[in-house]
Amino acid sequence: MTGQSVISVSNLVKKFGSFVANDNLSFEVYEGEIFGFLGANGAGKTTTIRILSGLSEPTSGKVVVAGFDAKKEPEKIKKNIGYMCQKFSLYEDLTVKENITLYGGIYGMSKNLIRERTAMLLEKLSFQAWGDRLISSLPLGFKQKLAFSIAILHEPRIVYLDEPTGGVDPITRRQFWEMIYETAARGITVFVTTHYMDEAEYCDRVSIMNEGRIVALDTPEGLKKSYNASSIEEVFVKIARPK
Amino acid sequence: MKRFLGFVKKEFLHIFRDYRTLIILFGIPAAQIMIFGYVVSNDLKDAGVAFLDLSRDEVTQKLTDKICSSGFFRLTETLTSYNDIDKILKKGKTKAVIVFQKDFGRDLFAEGKTTMSVIADGSEPNMATLVTNYITAITTDFNIEQARAPGGAVSLISAQVRMFYNPSLQGHYMFVPGVITLIMILICALMTSVTITREKEFGTMEVLLVSPLRPTQIILGKVTPYFILSFINVIVILLLSWFVFGLPVKGSLVLLLAESMLYILMSLSLGILISTVSSTMQQAIFISMVGMMLPTILLSGFIYPIENMPWIYNWVSAIMPPRYFIIIIKDIMIKGTGFAYIWKETLILAFMTMVFIWLSIRNFRIRLH
Amino acid sequence: MRTILYLIRKEFLQIFRNKFIGRAIFGVPIIQMLILVPAVTFEMKNISLCIVDKDMTPESRGLISRLDGSTFFHYRYTTFSESQARQLMNANKCTLVLEIPRGFGKDTGNGIPGRIMASINAINSSTAQLTWAYLNGVLRDYNADIIRQNPGSLSGQPVPIIQVTNRYWYNEKLVYSHYMVPGILGILVTAIGFILAGLNMVREKEIGTIEQINVTPVRKYQFIISKMAPFLIIGLIDLALGMVLGKLFFKVPFEGSVALLFLCSTIFLIAILGFALFISTFAGTQQQFMFIAFFCMIIFILMSGIFTPLESMPGWAQRVDLVNPVAYIMRINRMVILKGSTISDISRDIWSLVAIAVSFTFFAVKRYRKTA
Repeated sequence: MTGQSVISVSNLVKKFGSFVANDNLSFEVYEGEIFGFLGANGAGKTTTIRILSGLSEPTSGKVVVAGFDAKKEPEKIKKNIGYMCQKFSLYEDLTVKENITLYGGIYGMSKNLIRERTAMLLEKLSFQAWGDRLISSLPLGFKQKLAFSIAILHEPRIVYLDEPTGGVDPITRRQFWEMIYETAARGITVFVTTHYMDEAEYCDRVSIMNEGRIVALDTPEGLKKSYNASSIEEVFVKIARPK
Repeated sequence: MKRFLGFVKKEFLHIFRDYRTLIILFGIPAAQIMIFGYVVSNDLKDAGVAFLDLSRDEVTQKLTDKICSSGFFRLTETLTSYNDIDKILKKGKTKAVIVFQKDFGRDLFAEGKTTMSVIADGSEPNMATLVTNYITAITTDFNIEQARAPGGAVSLISAQVRMFYNPSLQGHYMFVPGVITLIMILICALMTSVTITREKEFGTMEVLLVSPLRPTQIILGKVTPYFILSFINVIVILLLSWFVFGLPVKGSLVLLLAESMLYILMSLSLGILISTVSSTMQQAIFISMVGMMLPTILLSGFIYPIENMPWIYNWVSAIMPPRYFIIIIKDIMIKGTGFAYIWKETLILAFMTMVFIWLSIRNFRIRLH
Repeated sequence: MRTILYLIRKEFLQIFRNKFIGRAIFGVPIIQMLILVPAVTFEMKNISLCIVDKDMTPESRGLISRLDGSTFFHYRYTTFSESQARQLMNANKCTLVLEIPRGFGKDTGNGIPGRIMASINAINSSTAQLTWAYLNGVLRDYNADIIRQNPGSLSGQPVPIIQVTNRYWYNEKLVYSHYMVPGILGILVTAIGFILAGLNMVREKEIGTIEQINVTPVRKYQFIISKMAPFLIIGLIDLALGMVLGKLFFKVPFEGSVALLFLCSTIFLIAILGFALFISTFAGTQQQFMFIAFFCMIIFILMSGIFTPLESMPGWAQRVDLVNPVAYIMRINRMVILKGSTISDISRDIWSLVAIAVSFTFFAVKRYRKTA
């Protein structure tokens, strides 16, 4: 598990006016790992993920993603990442295939490659019959899985998943996590935020955020040991409401 | 009822929370009235004319001076040959060329009459008509002056004129009522259709529909705040037109306000009707803006008098609600006439309001079933 | 380049997926053009006339029949009471009340000027002025007849008279439809492009899909171009359709170069779309955009010189119009279509339009932020 570092953050600060959303964050994410980013709503997770994907500029600190500085070369970062956000963002008025083609085209994939990958992707998700359906007519779980698949269509080095399983039934959540494992096994680093504590157990390493700060970072086992807890949920409760 | 009031209050807060919407809601009509009261006008002023004077005598010089000093025209160029006429008209700055033939003055005195020709740019028909009418009028004046000069009264019929309602012939009298009518219907129809379609598009309408509020109450709740805002808007506009353009309400203010309420109500119900046939905001906006703007401007009598249109348009424009409100507002504001003169228009607007509401309810039912 | 094509394809798919919009972008301009163009005219006919004849002599009747015979006036009412005439005007039943006082006929025969009194409904000041001009025209002819009939009773030698003949070039009969076809088409194309392009952009913001685009390596200019191109193409198709129908139904002459017209229209559409996208960066919701768009569109259109002459506007308004693309295209359309003006005749307008198009588009790209 000690691959090369693909995300390296040191002393990251992000302020909105006087509000400090990210307060002096420092951490590393290694190639091929599943990195869990935990925290209550409003803890600053989404802010961090937006900075790491080049959507938002850091106020200060150094952020290097896939070898590029987030402040100076956000567009180069964007070539190397995939992104799926909690506010679901495929085009509802386009069909499944049209969405896939669009993103394939944006990342400069050739026509043949797009056709090939589309077929592969639909087969893997057993979506063949749904290729020409509008996204708006699909159930939420399907949309989430499709969004994830499209986010890694161009084989990025890192994929960010911001609350990917929000509002989805437990069975779909399971399938989703299987997809995440498979992705990581292919060498794509997965950076995932969630507030389902049980999901944190599936990660290689977990960081817990509270009020803009990282208060704990370790493997799930390590965390449980050092907080003397039987589950991550318990760890979280101990951290969020100390003493 | 209490539940309903609570809902209205929520909708109000919704509107007021976003200051941008509020600025737009009040700022736009006010700004538009100000701009158009000053800008939109049909009065001729400084229109470019060129002269081709092949005679160059005393008469042509005098007439040229008279035309150029009238304030209506501005000399753009003095031409020397016929071939230049096309060239200069094609550039667009010159609206007409006035041609004096060779020996213009000599012919005038030798034969008692002569002809000057005005070549106007017909690609702008309004402008061309205005220009030739003014030049003819100036020349007629000139003839009369010349006739008076040597002595001997000429016994002819002359008419005195009284310009009714608008003695100083100001453009505002026509455009302020028109702009009020145009803006109110477009804004009201836009606001209501979009605010309701938005709920549909984002799926929040269903949440409201399962609430204990009845569908009518939901729609009324959405529309009431806009009704009140639009009414305040009318008052702001009336105050502006009084203080800025000196256009007071000659007739009964109460009657005018009551008629405005009816007109707003009509516009809002039109908006509701649009929302029942639109599935996205884009569609609602398309109908209420692209679909309604030009017909409202052109067929309501706002700029182009309906009497001058081909007869069939008397019927086509009969379905345009603004047509009736323009008559109502002009009658009350400018002529100062009472309800006896506008009851027909009022009835038609009320009837249209009911038709819009009836159609909306029908569409809404179909959708629910 | 390939990226842009994929993005443009997506826009087209989305536009035509909404069945209503897909049809309306072609249907509405055509239908509105066909219906609205014949309606518009400033030509006055049938000015409804009410006569208060207190004289009742052959002279007064002669004048009345003269007025009734002219194409401008339509003799509708006759009354002996001024208050009734006033009421008719209040009720919009007549526009012009002509009062012939007692003694009119007697005076006219005796070399004393016969005075009549005209009252005109002047709420619309320009039609009032035209009415007055037409009335004077009829009186002038009537006068000329009197002079001819009674040479003896008039003093001195004949008065020298300058007559005016009018000729209208490029549109001899002042056919309004020739003027309105390009005008109405221009306005509709403006409205469609402006509103839909802007709404498209804001809609992506409102729904959140723009986030997904911002996180990809798509360049800012690529995204802006892909939002403009579909409406540029649709606008040009609308224009071409409209011109063909205008020629078929309204016999609009086409004097100038088609290529020049489409070149100018392309520059114009880029200016309008650039402006719409620039504005869309200020709006968070489609509602806000719609209001800003409404404000700008009404100003652009009413100040474009199509409904009222540009020259009648105050100086400051004419300077504001220097950045109004609609004012340019209205002028250019007219000049190229009706007058056959060449590129050198309108080069100044073209360069101004290019400058406007480039700067609006530049600002649109500049204001659009991929990184906050």
